[in-house]
Amino acid sequence: MKNLFATRWGIIGVGAFIGVMAALLQYWGNPGNMGICVACFVRDITGALGLHRAGVVQYLRPEIVGFVIGALTAALIFREFRPRGGSAPIIRFVLGAFAMIGALIFLGCPWRAMLRLAGGDWNAVLGLTGLVAGIWIGTRFLKNGYNLGRTHKFAAAAGWVMPALMLGFFLLMLLSPWQEGAAQSGVLFYSLKGPGAMHAPLLVSTIVGLIIGFIAQRSRFCTMGAFRDLILFKQPHLFSGVIALTITAFITNVIVGQFHPGFEGQPVAHNLHLWNALGMVLAGLAFALAGGCPGRQLFLSGEGDADSAIFVIGMVAGAAFAHNFGLASSPNGLGPHGIAALVIGLAVCLTIGFTMKQQS
Amino acid sequence: MKTTNDTTVDARGLSCPQPVLMALDTLKRTTASEIKVLVDTEASKENVSRAVASQGWEVIRITQNDETYQLDICRK
Repeated sequence: MKNLFATRWGIIGVGAFIGVMAALLQYWGNPGNMGICVACFVRDITGALGLHRAGVVQYLRPEIVGFVIGALTAALIFREFRPRGGSAPIIRFVLGAFAMIGALIFLGCPWRAMLRLAGGDWNAVLGLTGLVAGIWIGTRFLKNGYNLGRTHKFAAAAGWVMPALMLGFFLLMLLSPWQEGAAQSGVLFYSLKGPGAMHAPLLVSTIVGLIIGFIAQRSRFCTMGAFRDLILFKQPHLFSGVIALTITAFITNVIVGQFHPGFEGQPVAHNLHLWNALGMVLAGLAFALAGGCPGRQLFLSGEGDADSAIFVIGMVAGAAFAHNFGLASSPNGLGPHGIAALVIGLAVCLTIGFTMKQQS
Repeated sequence: MKTTNDTTVDARGLSCPQPVLMALDTLKRTTASEIKVLVDTEASKENVSRAVASQGWEVIRITQNDETYQLDICRK
């Protein structure tokens, strides 16, 4: 059976759908230019679980649950659920952690970088420039034989860990529901102000997340692969999906009055150009070395890829460090130790790039 | 880079973009008119098919054996 989502029009359709839905999720309550931000949302989940205690970014984002379960559903229906792993898991953990730290210096993953651009936040241009530079460095390593080694087939249980974890989180959310004005409900933490306090209705977020997870699994949508394939193979397939996302998010933003062009006063953003760019160099390099943007890692984890699941857990750890150690930026500027983390992150990722060469 | 012989690329267990890199590298180096690429995910199958098509080759046959896809690729 031909996979229509894997065609040119398929990936464009998926990108277009994500763009419209991201802008609408913002309209329905999600934070500014953050209808969907995979890094920010994983960070918010980390906060909801109390693994960091930054009060303004705590919410168990159901979109992320939906991404994994939607991808799982698609993988099961189309017989692509393949429990697998064992390709340098500890390296993937570290890459996930530093990808998150880099993204939180810029304040957004590649998804949000596109959405910030589509909302008129010109600081995103610096972030995207850094992202492309980071991915470009990653492609040089790939050309020189960088390789995390082969995966192995695992027993089914290993592939179910991430979906089960996400279902468990969702159950927690139902048992410890958001309540107006409560900073804690049951075991979960909630934000009373800031981006963590802004969210679309639970049911809406969940359904949109599930649909995106499903179609992104089918289409292999990846915001890092978009630039990587363009640089490495001059292959515009995935890139066309990302362009579609940006254009439809822009159009939707204009229609619902969310397009506010400028550098100053943008939501959940700062305008330190150099650090916006360098933060995303780190994130882009880490994503390229790990083989996927944070969204793609979630979708792969839904397919049973335990290595991608480890990357996601690495992002959770990175988010916890980012807020506990003051590495993450805020609209007021850099965190007190953001630059130190950036330097260490770049050094670690470059070392990984130079040294990981498996003879396969 | 592992090739079981000059015209077979074994990219099983490798994730994006390794299978494509290996397939394209072999296409560049080979004098043969047909090569085989082994992959084990749908995504790799699609990516390799797309990439070789842009290099003037085409996938003439895909056979699935258990979880391995064998792509037979010919010069157009």
